[in-house]
Amino acid sequence: MSITSPTLRRSAEELAAPYPSLMAGAQKLANTVMMGTHGRRRAGSGEEFWQYRPVSDGDEARMIDWRRSARGDTNFIRQTEWQIAQSVFLWVDDAASMEFSSDKTLTSKAMRARTMALALSILLLKGGERVGLTDAKAPPKTGQLQLMRLAQILSDMKSDNDFGAPSAGGMTPNAHAVFISDFLGDLTPVADALGRAADRGVRGALMQVLDPQEETFPFDGRTIFESMGRSVTHETQKAGDLRDRYLEKLATRKAELAQLAAAAGWQFTTHHTDSAASAGLLWLYTALERG
Amino acid sequence: MFSIGPVGFAAPWLLLPLIGLPILWLILRAVPPAPVRRMFPGVALLLGLKEEESQADKTPLWLLLLRILAVAAVIIGFAGPVLNPQNNDGGRGPLLVVMDGTWADARDWSKRIERVEGLLTEASRQGRTVAVTVLTDTAPLETQFQSGDGWLSRLPNLQPKAWQPDSDAVSTWASELGGSFDTIWLSDGVARADRAVAIQALQSRGDLTVLQSPSTLMTLSPPVFVDGVLELTAKRLNTTASVAVIEAHGLDPAGTERVLATANLAFEDGSADAAVQLSLPPELRNRVTRFALQGVRSAGAVSLADDSLKRREIALFAGREDREGLELLSPLHYLSQALALNADLIDGSFGDILLANPDVIVLADVAKVGQSEEQALLDWVAEGGLLLRFAGPRLAASDVSRSVEDPLMPVRLRSGGRSVGGAMSWGEPKALADFAEDSPFFGLGIPQDVTVSAQVMAQPDPNLSERVIASLADGTPLVTRKRLDQGQVVLVHVTANAEWSSLPLSGLFVQMLDRLAVSTKPAQLDEADLAGTRWTPVQVLDAYGIIVPADALAGVTGEMIAETEVAAGLNPGLYEGEDRRLAVNVMRADTPLYPAVWPASVTVQPIEGVSETALKGWLLLAALALFAIDCVASLAVGGRLRGPRAAVVSLAALLLLSVPNHSQAQDLSALDATSEVVLAHIITGNAQIDRVAAAGLVGLSDTLFRRTSIEPANPIAIDLEQDELSFFPFLYWPITPDQRTPSAGAYEKLNRYLRTGGMILFDTRDADTARFGASSPNGRKLQALAAPLDIPALEPIPTDHVLTRTFYLLQDFPGRYLSRDVWVEAAPADAEQADGMPFRNLNDGVTPVVIGGNDWAAAWAVEENGNRMFPVGRGYSGERQREIALRFGVNLIMHVLTGNYKSDQVHVPALLDRLGQ
Repeated sequence: MSITSPTLRRSAEELAAPYPSLMAGAQKLANTVMMGTHGRRRAGSGEEFWQYRPVSDGDEARMIDWRRSARGDTNFIRQTEWQIAQSVFLWVDDAASMEFSSDKTLTSKAMRARTMALALSILLLKGGERVGLTDAKAPPKTGQLQLMRLAQILSDMKSDNDFGAPSAGGMTPNAHAVFISDFLGDLTPVADALGRAADRGVRGALMQVLDPQEETFPFDGRTIFESMGRSVTHETQKAGDLRDRYLEKLATRKAELAQLAAAAGWQFTTHHTDSAASAGLLWLYTALERG
Repeated sequence: MFSIGPVGFAAPWLLLPLIGLPILWLILRAVPPAPVRRMFPGVALLLGLKEEESQADKTPLWLLLLRILAVAAVIIGFAGPVLNPQNNDGGRGPLLVVMDGTWADARDWSKRIERVEGLLTEASRQGRTVAVTVLTDTAPLETQFQSGDGWLSRLPNLQPKAWQPDSDAVSTWASELGGSFDTIWLSDGVARADRAVAIQALQSRGDLTVLQSPSTLMTLSPPVFVDGVLELTAKRLNTTASVAVIEAHGLDPAGTERVLATANLAFEDGSADAAVQLSLPPELRNRVTRFALQGVRSAGAVSLADDSLKRREIALFAGREDREGLELLSPLHYLSQALALNADLIDGSFGDILLANPDVIVLADVAKVGQSEEQALLDWVAEGGLLLRFAGPRLAASDVSRSVEDPLMPVRLRSGGRSVGGAMSWGEPKALADFAEDSPFFGLGIPQDVTVSAQVMAQPDPNLSERVIASLADGTPLVTRKRLDQGQVVLVHVTANAEWSSLPLSGLFVQMLDRLAVSTKPAQLDEADLAGTRWTPVQVLDAYGIIVPADALAGVTGEMIAETEVAAGLNPGLYEGEDRRLAVNVMRADTPLYPAVWPASVTVQPIEGVSETALKGWLLLAALALFAIDCVASLAVGGRLRGPRAAVVSLAALLLLSVPNHSQAQDLSALDATSEVVLAHIITGNAQIDRVAAAGLVGLSDTLFRRTSIEPANPIAIDLEQDELSFFPFLYWPITPDQRTPSAGAYEKLNRYLRTGGMILFDTRDADTARFGASSPNGRKLQALAAPLDIPALEPIPTDHVLTRTFYLLQDFPGRYLSRDVWVEAAPADAEQADGMPFRNLNDGVTPVVIGGNDWAAAWAVEENGNRMFPVGRGYSGERQREIALRFGVNLIMHVLTGNYKSDQVHVPALLDRLGQ
């Protein structure tokens, strides 16, 4: 026994500490989007009754619902609603840049992204979908246990990279995917991942989470800007001078992302940490429904 | 101490770092403001962006100057700069501080003690021994040199005395001083002849510096009588024009001490003294205990009053005492009536009375006195007595002062006298001529009904004209006066009763007697009188001019008082002798007051000196402020003021800058008020009453709109303090007992409003139960509110007032209550009755106020839906009363708006008549 029990317990508690809050936040957030009937709204393999339809040519006789057909002259086939379980892959940026929050009262981008991802997971899992992460750590599964796993992984996530890149390797064909990031780093991996996703028929949503300061650039004077990991620095003598061009670049970046998403048949939006998380969640949910 | 100009430095070597300032300049210039390091994920987007102009890589010049200034202020501050440093390096030996300590010092004694304290502190810092001597000290003068600290603890015990130093004692003390020392003499600034010895003695021991207060010293001399009025003389040291106030203190009838009268005294430029005449009624004058210069704390500015201001003793004699019982014909009746109020009348035989030494002896129609009595009388007059004689049949018939002037008569008389305006004589009774300017009666008004029908005539002598102090209109003397040594003899050429003239019946007689009787020389005791007497102090003055009881003081001899100056044994104050009280004042009538003159060898400095001002604190404070500015400025230059927190700062600044804008609102309401006729009411502060007033005016406006060509807009509520009144023809002012009294500015506005044709309807809303007495709270409030207003005389509305017929014919003016009394401006007394019409031409304008208590607004008031707000009366008669109330309102507004046009309508028939012709 190299680890004494109090040490173990403490570290366990420390580990678990952010997890309930993330989970609770996600639960709360998920409750704001009340699910309607979750189903594909078409006939298919499932357990729920969908409709009776008259028998047409090519239908096997065993498919006839005799109980219904006995009431009339026509034979009916009982169809159940198509309840195929979708796989939804989530990618939440774990880079250092996501840890930024411009004000104590604002949540960090990472926290917001994870909360929304987990809340979306809750909603999807409740609807019987399979939810997983794009990397191989958590392949899509259903059930409460999967939610626990996701929560665990999302709270533990930590990367030393300044800017994150999505990994599209684990995505199965015809699945859905959600990428949540600030997309401030290099866009090439994103374009790459989207291309591969499109190749496999994966559709989904890109959500850019930004801090309000990143949208307004309220700086002036001599400033050295550093990335969160301090790998990238930029010194300026007069930050106020850069504002317009920075904003221009940001707009270009958003346009680029939107274009990438459109090319892959994805949806794109920008979410700010000072706005309500439920709005973002609702957008994500409806984006998946549309897809 | 190293000094530059008026600034000295305690530690000049600390100024050396100032040389380093240019180096600091270079360093500061070379070092740009440190950049802010900011975490910013968007930095990836910034890569490759370059600012168009680089500005902040060098410190801006103004920031540089700010910092250099701040550093310089610190350096100079720590070098201990002192403004006006006192370079007292002169003396090293012992220091003698001499203080006069007289009454003249008392006015600024604390300042003197402060100065001495400063001197002592400095001396003890320099290790000098000191001695302090107050020259008026009652103990024998002695001088002990000891450490300054020892003296410092004794300083509060030093007090000025109400007298001057004894010159002999000072001279002796000064010449007996031994050793070598420097002297600082805090002088009271009053010239004293005996200082020379002391100056010489002190100068022989070392340096002598005189500190003298430049502030003016003022003293008050005792009052003297000049022709019946008190003349008060004040003296002073400087001679620039100034004013002073003399107060007469005394007990009022309730027995409390208070200021009974004040007189303003104006010193002319260049004159050292000024006099003012104070005319007080004898009763008031008898109460005066002391005169004092207002605001001067010195015994020299106080003059105690003694018996010389008190009532005179007057002895009356009549030559004809044979007509007993005919009181009104008694020659002395009017005299005793006139004099008894203000003087003590004494009776007795001639010999006894002369012993009593009265101030005045009156002889009414006494022709001759006995030989011995005449001599005694002469002596008495020569000593200051006033002999007042009245003529009469006896005097006219006698040959006294006929050919030779009698010593007890001012003029020679013609035999027989004359009679004018009588039954058997020609001419009219003579009136009095105006009194000449040199006459003691000058200024008295002469009643028209005073006539003289008989008189004794003066012989025209060369000196007659100067002896006449009153004459008849035809120039014949009525009163003549002759000075006899210190006294005077006055002859009134008519009788003391009303036989010869109506003078004794008039008030003028009393005034003339008053002037004559009081103009006797105030009883002043001379040395001979005082010799051998003893006087007990009753009250004494301390140096500050404050009366202290004199219980513990010993009595003094008359000889001491007779000496000219108060001294150590003789406090100024009130002394009691056998039969009278005597005031001993610091300043007697003849006490001179001149500024001290010092020999040229003596350094004279003002007592205040120029005080040292240490600048260290201020400089360091300035440096601190500069650094604080630098902090903010650096943040601004470095861009640190921007960012999330900047919003808070700018919000606070915005809050400070945002000031409510009232003027715009006023403009809007002015527009409303001027584009239509608008009725207005005053805001009382009582929400209910204001609401009723507004509703009442709405009701009245509606009525006017429906029935007349006046179409008022919605009424406006007026705040007297802020709103302009001139837009409104009519103000309704309900009175509440608790409303705020308008400010002076508001009253000014109201008065301007009333004068320029506005009308205010005051409504006490109490049914006029008080009838404009002060018994109802509303009535009292109205009186208080209206007191500063420019309201003319009022009268209840007369039956023919124009208000009764401007639109409706009315005789009652009810509101919610029905009271007849409504008051308007009274018609002028000479208002004419217009012929043929039951009206008269009233005053041209509109009555500025209408005052009543009928609560009109309540009768007029309508609610928003048009219903009446309050019931009036009962049933039909109530509604009738409301109708009349509305009609009164209509009449009132018509009256305001048409002015005298309606009253001029009385002339219409006449005009038509003329046109018809």
